[in-house]
Amino acid sequence: MLLSSLIFLPLLFVVLVAIAPSWLAKPITLVSTIMHFLFSLMLFKHFDPNTAALQLVEKSPWLKELGVSYFIGVDGISFWLIILTTFLTPVVVAASWSTINKQVKAFHISVLVLEAAMIGSFVAFDTILFYVFFELSLIPMYFIVGIWGGENRIYATMKFFIYTMVGSLLMLAGIIYLIFQCDVQLGELSASVLDFYRLDLTFVGGTFMSPQNILFFVFCLAFAIKVPMFPFHTWLPDAHVQAPTGGSMILAGVMLKMGTYGFLRFVLPMFPEAVAVWTPLFMGLGVVGIIYGALVAMVQVDMKKLVAYSSVSHMGYVILGLFTMNLYGLQGSLFQMLAHGISTGALFMLVGVIYERTHSRKIADYGGLAKALPIYAICFLIVTFSSIAVPMTNGFVGEFLILFGTWQAAPVYAGFAVLGVILGAAYMLWMVKKVFFGEDGEVIKKYPSMPDMNLRELLTMAPLIVLIFWMGLFPGVFLKYSNKSMENLVQNKEEYRIKLQSFRTTELPEIGDRREF
Amino acid sequence: MFYALLFAPLIGFFINGVRFRSKNAQVAGAIACTAMAVSFVSAVGFFFKLKGLPVDERALQFLLFDWIKVGDFSAPMAFTIDPLSMVMTLIITGVGFLIHLFSVGYMSHDERPAKYFSYLNLFVFNMLLLVLGSNLLVMFVGWEGVGLCSYLLIGFWFTDPAKAAAGMKAFITNRIGDAGFLLGIFTLFGLTSTVSFAEVNSYFLNNPNMLSTAWGAPVTLACLFLFIGAMGKSAQIPLYVWLPDAMAGPTPVSALIHAATMVTAGVYMIIRLNPVFLAAPNAMMVIAFIGALTALMAASIGLVQNDIKKVLAYSTVSQLGYMFLAVGVGAFGAALAHLMTHAFFKALMFLGSGSVIHAMHEEQDMRKMGGLRKLMPVTHFTFLMGWLAIIGAPGFSGFFSKDEILWMSFHSPRGSIVLWVIGAVAALLTAFYMTRLMAMTFWGRSRVPENVHPHESPLSMTIPLMVLAFLSVFAGFLCIPHGISTILPGHPHNFLDEWIHPLMASFEMPHGPNDLAIEFTLMGLTLLGILASVLLARYLYITKPEAADSAAKKYSAAHKLLLNKYWVDEAYFKGLINPIIRISRTLWVRVDVKIIDKCTYAVSDMVKNAGGGLKMVQSGNLQVYGLYILIGLVFSVWFLL
Repeated sequence: MLLSSLIFLPLLFVVLVAIAPSWLAKPITLVSTIMHFLFSLMLFKHFDPNTAALQLVEKSPWLKELGVSYFIGVDGISFWLIILTTFLTPVVVAASWSTINKQVKAFHISVLVLEAAMIGSFVAFDTILFYVFFELSLIPMYFIVGIWGGENRIYATMKFFIYTMVGSLLMLAGIIYLIFQCDVQLGELSASVLDFYRLDLTFVGGTFMSPQNILFFVFCLAFAIKVPMFPFHTWLPDAHVQAPTGGSMILAGVMLKMGTYGFLRFVLPMFPEAVAVWTPLFMGLGVVGIIYGALVAMVQVDMKKLVAYSSVSHMGYVILGLFTMNLYGLQGSLFQMLAHGISTGALFMLVGVIYERTHSRKIADYGGLAKALPIYAICFLIVTFSSIAVPMTNGFVGEFLILFGTWQAAPVYAGFAVLGVILGAAYMLWMVKKVFFGEDGEVIKKYPSMPDMNLRELLTMAPLIVLIFWMGLFPGVFLKYSNKSMENLVQNKEEYRIKLQSFRTTELPEIGDRREF
Repeated sequence: MFYALLFAPLIGFFINGVRFRSKNAQVAGAIACTAMAVSFVSAVGFFFKLKGLPVDERALQFLLFDWIKVGDFSAPMAFTIDPLSMVMTLIITGVGFLIHLFSVGYMSHDERPAKYFSYLNLFVFNMLLLVLGSNLLVMFVGWEGVGLCSYLLIGFWFTDPAKAAAGMKAFITNRIGDAGFLLGIFTLFGLTSTVSFAEVNSYFLNNPNMLSTAWGAPVTLACLFLFIGAMGKSAQIPLYVWLPDAMAGPTPVSALIHAATMVTAGVYMIIRLNPVFLAAPNAMMVIAFIGALTALMAASIGLVQNDIKKVLAYSTVSQLGYMFLAVGVGAFGAALAHLMTHAFFKALMFLGSGSVIHAMHEEQDMRKMGGLRKLMPVTHFTFLMGWLAIIGAPGFSGFFSKDEILWMSFHSPRGSIVLWVIGAVAALLTAFYMTRLMAMTFWGRSRVPENVHPHESPLSMTIPLMVLAFLSVFAGFLCIPHGISTILPGHPHNFLDEWIHPLMASFEMPHGPNDLAIEFTLMGLTLLGILASVLLARYLYITKPEAADSAAKKYSAAHKLLLNKYWVDEAYFKGLINPIIRISRTLWVRVDVKIIDKCTYAVSDMVKNAGGGLKMVQSGNLQVYGLYILIGLVFSVWFLL
């Protein structure tokens, strides 16, 4: 029941927040999300990293007629993403402490629902269930941007919502098709991912219209928008700029990973022939994303937009690594997802910290901040170095492994992707120089006695900084948990299967034999 | 003991880092110097330990923990103390300690001395990672780490936008090199399936058939990629542009990072991987020529600069060029010798210039100096030793190392007369600009403004100068070239060559009957040229200062070209940086906003208009929307089925 509790505990907290007086909403949410995080650490006790099997499985029928079930579990691919979610949520609540002052209850309810939905989509092994969680996560985010966002929030939130909605609707069509395929090929309707892996989807080389090919693109579109991959990235800068600090943190920290997770869970294992054929396209788009995001980030005037475009660049690395389909690239990609979650979350938080004080995100308004706010400057520099992948920080390990894997798979792409290493340093350090160094900027003249980071902000920042170095120094701890699952994916590209390890259900004594279903 | 060697500077960094607000330079300096002293003493201890071991067992391994391990790729946090890394460690901690000591006086009036010393200690820690790392990845950690500290220290006085910009320029230029370094690691792993130095080297030693003269061969590419990394870190053409700007940092930083240690990392890396580079003659040729050209070009710019630190900076670029010339022709021992002697005399001269700048109240323009010999006798005398060492006066350290490089560039099977000529001309230019520097700063008549009263620096600053002066004079006796040794009484050994010999791939230099005669003829020619250069500079800048101006006017085109450093910075801006920024703007404004977003709107408009005929899209009725979704779904499913 561990995974179910992980999904549904936040919903229980929602009830608490709803009935409590609104001045208690913040502390209740903070305490409960921290408890939830600690609770999620139970996974370490129950999860066995030495197998690629699906663990802590819970399965019970839901819509029997359609083969849909409540089927959840965890494997090496989703393990860290769950922890990332439970870890970032309290950080987000703490970071939003002083920025959210209207409809406090509603905000925290949205955050909690969002957490439940995100965890749900990482543990769901039934595609319909996954789809429900995947879409459910849009709704609280829609409100977070739309209610607590900046001036153009309605435009941004609509753009975000419609963009992602369009992508995932097509995917739903694909899922339904696959459910019926299960009936045709396996003799029974099923929405289980594990059954989808067993389907033999016709792939005809040379034509676009073969089923596997179409399904590949339908799924890719949904996830590519979510990641976001070039050229589907234009919703991201708008959403980030308008979102409140906490919203940006969740969006960049976890929600984008739902896209890359989708590639790992569905696209790569389900459509092997199509993946093999279209790998150059996706690696190419990954590289374009890296360079394009970095170049555009370089000319931004708004700090948040710069960070948003840097996300496009960093997620380009993840896509590149995924499509190498070798262990280095895949492990690097997963690590990069976590690292990006931490460091970009931290960057958005830091931008929020200064925005609260000056109400400006324009880079040109700043200058000389390092002198006025030395502690803030130190934090910002550390996070910057993590973002530009300086060794011993978390950014390096992922980027290195991805480039390394890419070089093994297709050196040309690595040759271009490595430009991101240079451009990344260029845009980040350019911003640091403009904001922190040089003569005092306008905002300092306007607010000469700005306070440096306060205790709450420091305490919120501290775990992120600890993780930046921890992940950078001891990546083995993190890579260990995903190793077996990734090996399984690399070694069984053509015939990907996930075994079930333990199966806790009252209804079905026989493990894994779906014919009794 | 190893932990003391490696981590003492890191601990110093943490202590001073926590108390970064402290304004007390003495306390901060004492902490930092203690850390360095601990490190240096341990290094000396290791030296004797190593010396006591049999020659083929001189490699101490230290494993801290497994760092990155994925599949067949493994990069442990592991370190090796062997003769080569030992030499570097001694230079880093020894010279580093002296420079820390010098900084106490130099930074005594600064607002943030604790911060300064913490960065300086962090730099030393990273530099030790770089040289002690037993695989390419640990070296890369240090490689980027020193770049990071260099960035922080160049921009130490960050309120000046120019200084902050110089730091950024250094980091980004270095990043270009680092990208090449990464590709080099990948290529080398592709060949040998390992990143450990010992394994990579033994792979090449055991597979002589790896030698390839093809340009496209993986080994050639690997070496060229790694050399791109070296170009960035060690300021070679075309990536040298950051080093002159790096002089924006405090002067002891220039001495430690931008003269003695960090900038030599590229040379060290190539010496460390000498069996690999020997297997790629084409890459070595490229290295030799780029080194020689850098030596010449930087020396020529140095001829006309008026900022004392800029002269020294270009001189450093030029001397680094010599080191690459040496490794390029396979004279790894000579390269290391020059690396060592240069670390002494260039650190000495940078600190000396720091002493001058400090005395002149932060004035760096040599046109406002002159005649300081009498006012600053210790600084002048020690600087004089550095001057004699760098121009290669016989008996001084630079003479031994530079002469060996010039001889090897001619004599080595990978060398050529062209390389020798370039190197010799650069040596003449070196003698000229260094004499000019001495003349404008210390000799002749004083041009010091009246409100400035230069005075000799305190002992904490002059003691390091004296120690370094001693080393600049006598260090050459550790690396006496074979030719010179034959005419010396007792035929002393080349200690340095023998010390690192076990790590060098065999690369036999040919022996001819007339070698000695040729060597001494060439040496004589260079020495005569150097003497002439010195006398010419003396004439132009002391005897007849007007002559220098009229010469500058007479050859104004050439003078302007040199004064503006061949307009390389401007060319980079015009040809590279500005176009990139223009392209980026276009991508943003045209592609993102105009094309992609317009397409999105077009698609959404299409959907809207399709329903617009029915005017139901705007109805706001949820059920209707739901219906649409359902219809769309059914349609898509039908289509797919």
